[in-house]
Amino acid sequence: MRARSDLRDVAERLVRDALAAGARAADAVAGESDGLSVGVRLGEVEKLKRARERRAGLRVFVGDSTAIVSTADLSAHGLADLARDACALAQATAPDPYAGLPDAGDLATEQPDLGLYDPASETLEADAGLALARAAEAAALTAAPEIDNSDGADFGGGGGQVAYASSLGFAGTYSGSSFSLSVTPVARRNGSMQRDSWYTFNRHLAALDDPASVGHEAARRTLRRLGARRVPTTECPIVFDPDTAASLLRHLASAISGTTLYRRASFLLDRLGERIAAPVVTVIDDPLRVGGAASRPFDGEGVASRRRTVVRAGVLESYLLDSYSARRLGLRPTGHASRYAGDAPVVAPTNFFMEAGPHAPEAIVKSVSSGLFVTELIGFGVNLVTGDYSRGAAGLWIEHGELTHAVEEVTIAGNLRDMLTGIEMVGSDLVFRGAVSAPTVKIGRMTVAGT
Amino acid sequence: MQPAAPESLVLDRFGLTGSALERVLGTALERRADWADCYFELGSVQTASLEDGIVKKATRNVRQGVGVRVMAGARSGYAYSDEVSLERLELAARTARCIADHGTDSTALTARSLAVEVGHDLYPLAGSLLDTPLAAQVALLERLDKIARAEDPAITHVLVGLGLEHNVILVAGPDGLLVGDVRPLLRIGISCIAERNGVRTQGTSGGGGRYEFAELLDGRAERFARTAARQAIVNLDAAPAPAGTMTVVLGPGWPGILLHEAIGHGLEGDFNRKRTSAFTDRIGTLVASEHCTVIDDGTLPGRRGSLNVDDEGTPTSRTVLIENGILRGYLQDRQNAALMGMSLTGNGRRESFSHLPMPRMTNTFMLAGEETPEDIIRSVDRGLYAVSFGGGQVDITSGKFVFSASEAYLIEGGRVGRPVRDATLIGNGPDVLTRISRVGADLALDEGIGTCGKDGQSVPVGVGLPTVRIDGLTVGGTGT
Repeated sequence: MRARSDLRDVAERLVRDALAAGARAADAVAGESDGLSVGVRLGEVEKLKRARERRAGLRVFVGDSTAIVSTADLSAHGLADLARDACALAQATAPDPYAGLPDAGDLATEQPDLGLYDPASETLEADAGLALARAAEAAALTAAPEIDNSDGADFGGGGGQVAYASSLGFAGTYSGSSFSLSVTPVARRNGSMQRDSWYTFNRHLAALDDPASVGHEAARRTLRRLGARRVPTTECPIVFDPDTAASLLRHLASAISGTTLYRRASFLLDRLGERIAAPVVTVIDDPLRVGGAASRPFDGEGVASRRRTVVRAGVLESYLLDSYSARRLGLRPTGHASRYAGDAPVVAPTNFFMEAGPHAPEAIVKSVSSGLFVTELIGFGVNLVTGDYSRGAAGLWIEHGELTHAVEEVTIAGNLRDMLTGIEMVGSDLVFRGAVSAPTVKIGRMTVAGT
Repeated sequence: MQPAAPESLVLDRFGLTGSALERVLGTALERRADWADCYFELGSVQTASLEDGIVKKATRNVRQGVGVRVMAGARSGYAYSDEVSLERLELAARTARCIADHGTDSTALTARSLAVEVGHDLYPLAGSLLDTPLAAQVALLERLDKIARAEDPAITHVLVGLGLEHNVILVAGPDGLLVGDVRPLLRIGISCIAERNGVRTQGTSGGGGRYEFAELLDGRAERFARTAARQAIVNLDAAPAPAGTMTVVLGPGWPGILLHEAIGHGLEGDFNRKRTSAFTDRIGTLVASEHCTVIDDGTLPGRRGSLNVDDEGTPTSRTVLIENGILRGYLQDRQNAALMGMSLTGNGRRESFSHLPMPRMTNTFMLAGEETPEDIIRSVDRGLYAVSFGGGQVDITSGKFVFSASEAYLIEGGRVGRPVRDATLIGNGPDVLTRISRVGADLALDEGIGTCGKDGQSVPVGVGLPTVRIDGLTVGGTGT
């Protein structure tokens, strides 16, 4: 990729300036990105957008007091001002004995190339993106006569670089690119409308799914929602498709985040080493996955990236920790500090997935005599403190092992504690499409609220 | 001292002149474009966070940049950069105008407006909120921590966050359109954990708006702290929420999120122009009971959802969405108003210079009725009384929406009974308001905590509601 070594210089200079301005320790991030996004709707161009962003952020520890600042002004004098502002701001905060950088021993010593960058991001032309979006939308629009409208198709692509440096002497940089294509058709039958969407994402342009296949899948998902109706309130098995199953993993990741744990705000508090899920469940976090959506050679504090088993056969083996939450819990950081220029590290999973199980998704549906196959969840009804779970759902009703009619305007509810231990079957259909991935999953019993 | 006008503040900061901007707009409009504008932003956000009884983190972020937009018919070209210079602007203008080459249709966006008269100054602060002494901020947060803990010994953890924002924007368009706005915004958020007999629960509260820091100190912030603590304590005794369709009474204020999700998004101009909203072609038809009149009003002084002008330079206004049950209007930005042949409503908003504007809500609320809240609750034999909510979401096309109760009680025999655990409520936007059978006289606006997400963009909004009775809404609990 283009030489952008100046970002590393920016990060190192910020750290030097901070120490000169009175900080005991400091770390800095600098990032730069260029992107293109285009949209078509009903075959016509709708949107064309070019983005360029550059930003640097600095965290300082003055004694044990912390402050964080960021700016888009990367001039030498802008950076020196920023460092002085940060140290002044830290005067206002109280000393926190847990504040500080990670131990030097936890830092990354190697920075492997994880195949995250495609130089095609540097020469993206709007016409190429528009052609992909047009092809994907056309495939959806011609799939069936019921598809008579569209919320459009979007293509986005871009690349960038991040650099990180700290007063421990660590400095690192890596590049990444990303490309995506999505389609949202609208279908109508008997006066009622439904929409659904499908997408493809990859670090490499040429590895995106074929536009026609994206369009066809979007059409299939939209058409199967037609004729949706409510069902009576009941308790029954729930089958989550891979996308909705992935949302359960996001809740798990939040509940085992060090920040949530030391604040006693998790239903999985003090459960390390214990069985928290059914034995059929194994969950991995792998920041070193080649070409992964959330891969990185080191985390937002320079801590080494390492693949780890988070849940092995139902037993919780690891929390997700940055250096601060690790110190609060008396543990070592696990390399889960995510970093944005303007804030302290935030604990987040990387490539976080449930290992595939033995069951074909069709066999999972077949195993249900009467239940709900969930394809979409909406709303924010998840309480991580208690584990209480209640979300709006749409999908298909299963009767005698067969998918029958579409379902909408119902909720599914339970408690995440019981949901994790109630996972009865795990599908063989694991596909890595984003940062968090899961196969089809069946939970034995939840409450469906409807009529 | 008279503070500098936002127009000169922005132009001086970036070393630009009015005539330079005209040249940039000329470049942007060179092809067959209908409209071009530049959106400048110069802002700072400062936060302070309290945890374990001490303020242990402060942040300060400076945001600046410019976006150039060119529109031709339904097409938008946009280019932005956080580096602001004449050279960058010219480059952005040439990039954005490429959109004009991608089609032949032109609807001549006739909603052009000359330099508009802004008739209101809704948040005339003495200076920047960021000049608030840090010591005063720290003292407030420490006091709120003590107040929350004093509510009940079961409160074990308190988090308090304060955010202060000072944002200057400038919109420059054709025919001398040059409108700036200085936008203060403050927000306080409190979250408490309560623990008793092995049960742990959470309570959250907060508020803010476009007003002076000192206004938080008149008892308002203390109220937020007590509310968060009280909610955590109430939830310690909560039973499972019921499951199924039942009568629901919503309390006043923040439960107005119902309006935001059930009808507000569905009435945004873009979805209706594209005919993807469940409300498409419904203007003039009955979409609510006769008790319902729903307004979107960006002109309420000091409110979180208010703006002097929207992010296209159009003065905000009061728009009647539903009048006595009849659907009256949509919320519009410049592009969709022109394409639909409708008037601008001042709802063209964006998260920042890195985004295109879209039709968005401001403060959305239902006008008060005549009943007392006590009478409304007394009218219900068995149902749910929900007074506080987390977030909500809507599927614009099917009309199905959810919002999740974070503090709710059973109603039994006309009386408020025991608290129930978190539950999502789900309904159908085009018909939920037709089931509103009683409307209270106690209209309240929320405290100023709402953030609305659409197409990846977040903007601050407000909602409001009097106590209402809904005859049939699905409650997503686990109980009977």
